[in-house]
Amino acid sequence: MTTLSPARPSLAQHGTPVELVEVVKDYGTGQRALDGVSLALAPGELVALLGPSGCGKTTALRALAGLERIDGGHVRIGDADVESTPVHRRDIGMVFQSYSLFPHMTVLQNVAFGLEMRHVAAAERRIRAQEALDLVGLGALGGRFAHQLSGGQQQRVALARALVTRPRVLLLDEPLSALDAKVRVQLRDEIRRIQQETGITTLFVTHDQEEALAVADRVAVMNAGRIEQIGTPEQLYLRPVSAFVADFVGLSNRLPGVLDGARVTVHGVGLEALPSGRPDGPVSVFVRPEDLAIAEDGLAATVVATSFLGAVRRTTLRLAADGALVTVQHAVDTALEHGSEVHVAFLGRPVAVGAR
Amino acid sequence: MTAASVRVGRRGAGASLRRRGVGWLGFAPFGVYVVLFLGIPGVIAVASGFFAADGTPTLANLAAFTDPVILKDFWNSVWVSAVSAGVSAVLGALIAWALTAARPDGALRAVVDSASSVLAQFGGVMLAFAWIATVGPEALVTRLIQAVLHVDINGNGPFLYTVGGLLLPYTYFGVPLMVLTFLPALDGLKPQWGEAVATLGGTRLQYWLRVGVPVLAPAFLGSVILLFANAFSSYATAAALIDQGGIVPLAIKQQLTSETIVGVANTAGVLALGMVAIMAVLMTGYAALERRTRRWQR
Repeated sequence: MTTLSPARPSLAQHGTPVELVEVVKDYGTGQRALDGVSLALAPGELVALLGPSGCGKTTALRALAGLERIDGGHVRIGDADVESTPVHRRDIGMVFQSYSLFPHMTVLQNVAFGLEMRHVAAAERRIRAQEALDLVGLGALGGRFAHQLSGGQQQRVALARALVTRPRVLLLDEPLSALDAKVRVQLRDEIRRIQQETGITTLFVTHDQEEALAVADRVAVMNAGRIEQIGTPEQLYLRPVSAFVADFVGLSNRLPGVLDGARVTVHGVGLEALPSGRPDGPVSVFVRPEDLAIAEDGLAATVVATSFLGAVRRTTLRLAADGALVTVQHAVDTALEHGSEVHVAFLGRPVAVGAR
Repeated sequence: MTAASVRVGRRGAGASLRRRGVGWLGFAPFGVYVVLFLGIPGVIAVASGFFAADGTPTLANLAAFTDPVILKDFWNSVWVSAVSAGVSAVLGALIAWALTAARPDGALRAVVDSASSVLAQFGGVMLAFAWIATVGPEALVTRLIQAVLHVDINGNGPFLYTVGGLLLPYTYFGVPLMVLTFLPALDGLKPQWGEAVATLGGTRLQYWLRVGVPVLAPAFLGSVILLFANAFSSYATAAALIDQGGIVPLAIKQQLTSETIVGVANTAGVLALGMVAIMAVLMTGYAALERRTRRWQR
């Protein structure tokens, strides 16, 4: 594995704080693409912007890059407001979703391009480009062209090209979505390692929750042009502040319940409700599959389907009370026959609630 | 391997052969057409350059290439084709570039695409007449220029009936052909390349100089070659405007219909051989550039 040693200090840096303050972007379609988005990245932090297609996450990243003009708010890199600074002066590095290597240049020329734009001497360009290629594990492929590389290799080169100029911010716009599953996981881990070694402040846009939770220090969940919640992966998963976050991050069973202060009753069972700001009355309750268990006592249900996931098994049950489907996660040695009658119990962990 | 799998394998191979056979059967009418009306006449035309009047094989006919009249015809063909291809390429590329600002599925693109497809095929007597009616000795524009600017554009004789006059009709069908061939290359420029240059610290000018132009260069040169070849082999429009020789296709016609020969047998065949040789070089270059364009814009 390649590591950033003291012999190669040029890519390591002290991170820069980055901030979006009440940023608005309106394409005039009736709904704002960014509706007052505020997001602060601490120096050296990797924040993932997570959300469904069309939620505005890429627009937010492009606003930070300067590739989209904003209609309101501020963009700060370091101490300076940069809304009126052109892209080429913002000192950022960016990796795009689609492969964006220059096809007529070799890998080494691609990586050295940003240094050339900064008038770095040819000899130093070669050394630094080679160093960046070594960092992404492609030091031997400097003489190849983009069409001679796999998708994963091309994105590694794009990453080296983005890093070689030692930018203050690294922006990754769904960099893994065009890759197959195995390469995606490998490169995801590689990005995290390199980001930690270089200490560069990074914004990572993705629609893949597993990717976001695995790679980020903090995750910002976006919906309809707004940030719903910012927090560590654990906070998002265990303490979602809205029904959208509870539903979007991880698997949840959506069950009808009745909220009464800090308690919610689901199928006659009282559970602690996470703060939601909702008034008392009928609500939807979001219960994780691992917060349910197959038990001796509990709600009567019939097994509909079961799937083996390696370390655990997930079984879908139809509740006898109302016919609703729920998914339960349990140990692999609890094998359940299709159609068998079982009981399912709540483990009593706090649950998120939202509009019915 | 089991007997069943062997049977399945044989059946699979048989089906594949049948599919291939049906494919060839479908291709057959076109193949026969190409062989009858392009392949055989082409081979006869070129081969005739290597036979003497009595039918014996000879290389003596190649001496025709040292004849000043024939050399002049080739030179005229080359420069008229080159200049019209160059002018058409620049004008067509500018129009195509302007079109990239329009929506790919919009009405403007559809109209220009259709118009270019028609105009690129506009040639022969009709095109010649259109130009005669426009800038010929008694034509509309000629009269207008005379009246407004007091300049007779045909003062030294009707320029449209000269080799240089062919530049106008050749450019006329060259421009839309350039739009058709170059627009896909412009569409193939990824917006991310421009954005990547910007995030790496480059300006828009640097993007065009270091990425846009180099990436487009093979497609542009390929299109220029295509325009050159199109003009070089064009016959009908020139035949309608010019009576005698001047360019190679007209010289071939003249050699086929006239008894005045430059001293060697089968001069038309020799001229055809020269044209085929030039076209072969051009098409080889075009194919190489086309391969590079496809690879770069995948």
